[in-house]
Amino acid sequence: MTVTQRRPTPTSRRLWVGLVVAAAGWALLYWLNEHVWDLAVFELAGLDPETRLGHAVHFFLYDTAKILLLIVGLIFAISMARASLPPDRIRDVITRRHAATGFLLAAAFGAITPFCSCSSVPLFIAFVAAGIPLGVTLTFLITSPLINQVGVVMLAGMVGWQVAVLYVATGMTMAIIAGVSLSRFDLQRWVDPMVREVAAPPPTGDDGKVALADRIEAARDETRDIVRTVWPYVLVGIAIGAGIHGWVPADFFAETGIADSPWSVPAATVAGIPLYANVAGVVPLVEAVHAKGLGLGTAMAFMMSVVALSLPALILLKRVMRLPLLAIFTAVVTVGIVAIGFLFDLIV
Amino acid sequence: MDVKVLGPGCRNCTMLEQRTREALEELGLTAEIEKVSDPAAIVGYGVMSTPGLVVDDHLVVSGKVPTVRKLAELLAR
Repeated sequence: MTVTQRRPTPTSRRLWVGLVVAAAGWALLYWLNEHVWDLAVFELAGLDPETRLGHAVHFFLYDTAKILLLIVGLIFAISMARASLPPDRIRDVITRRHAATGFLLAAAFGAITPFCSCSSVPLFIAFVAAGIPLGVTLTFLITSPLINQVGVVMLAGMVGWQVAVLYVATGMTMAIIAGVSLSRFDLQRWVDPMVREVAAPPPTGDDGKVALADRIEAARDETRDIVRTVWPYVLVGIAIGAGIHGWVPADFFAETGIADSPWSVPAATVAGIPLYANVAGVVPLVEAVHAKGLGLGTAMAFMMSVVALSLPALILLKRVMRLPLLAIFTAVVTVGIVAIGFLFDLIV
Repeated sequence: MDVKVLGPGCRNCTMLEQRTREALEELGLTAEIEKVSDPAAIVGYGVMSTPGLVVDDHLVVSGKVPTVRKLAELLAR
C-alpha cells in the first residue's frame, strides 16, 4: 500500500478512516478497562480489595478484559500484516534461498504462521516435495507451534513484554539449532517413502500484493475465528490463575522445595509432553505460579512443552516420519526446551 | 457438482464440512461431500494448510473456514 503509486480511491480512504476509528475505539476500551473495575468491583459491588475474594474477582475481570482486548487488537494487526504470506508463498520464498538463510527464514516464518497441528502433515510433505532440506523443514515445524501469536500476546500482557521478546528470540534460536543439528545426520531414510513420491505443487507465482479491503477482511475473519477458539481457555485459565493468586500461599513453591530443585525445569518439560492444551489457557497459569515464587524457567518450560510437543501432533506426524526420526525430533525439542528453561532462570 | 473437503479430520475440517453442507442447503443444491484425509492427496490439490475445499476439481478454499455466506458465494459460481 504505497500512496505515492496511486491516489487512494474513495473506498480505500474510507477503509483507512474506518481503521483509525476502530483503533481509537479500541484504545478507549483499553483505557476504560484500567479504571472501570475498581469502581465496579469495590464501589458498586462493595467487595473489599483487602479480602481474597475481592482481590480475585477484580483480578479475573480486569485480566480477562485486558487479555481479550489485547488479543483482538494485536491479532487483527498481525493478521493484516500477514495477509500476503500464505504457507505456499513461504515455501516458494524458502525454496529459492541458500540453506543457511533457509533456517533463519523458516524460523521467522514459523513464528508468524498460525499453526494447527492437523496442518503439520500436508505442510511437511509440501516443503519436502519442493526440495526444501529436511533440517529447514523441521525448524519450521518446531517454531510454528512453539511461537504462537496468542501465546506471545498473552505473555506480553500478563508477564511482561521483555519476557515475550525473550521467548520469541530463544524459541527461534532453539529451533534453528535443532534444525541445523538434525540436518547433520542422514535422516532422509526415516521419512516415509510416500512423501518423496508426491509431486511438488507448482510455485504460486504470486507477488504477494493484497488489496487493503482483502487484508481487512482476512484479518477480521481470522481474528473472529481465533477469539472464538480461545476465549473459553482465556476465561478458565484466568479463573484458575485468580484462584491461585487468592488462595495459594505466597511461599508455597519455596516451602515445598520445588522452586529450588534443579530438577524442576526438566520435570516440568517432561510432564508437559503428553499434555495438550490451548496456549491461551496455559499462560495465565504461568503468570500465577510465577507470582507465587516458582521460577519463570520452570513455568515457561511447562508451557512450551505443552504447546510444542503433544501426543496428537506426534501421532499425525507418524504418518510421514518413521519412529526413529520422530523420537530424535522429540528428544531434540525436549532438550531445547529444558535449555531455554534454564536460560530463563539465569536471566530473569 | 463434486465437492471434496480436504483435511485429516481435525476440528476445522469438521466445521468446514458442516458449513459447506449448510451452504449447499441454502442454495438448494444437492451434492455428495467427499472427505479426503490422505495427506499425499491433500498436497496433490495444492493445499498446504488444512482444511481445503475442492469444487469440481478446483481448489476454492485453503487454510481457513469461511462463513456459510462466503461458502454459498463460492459454491454458487
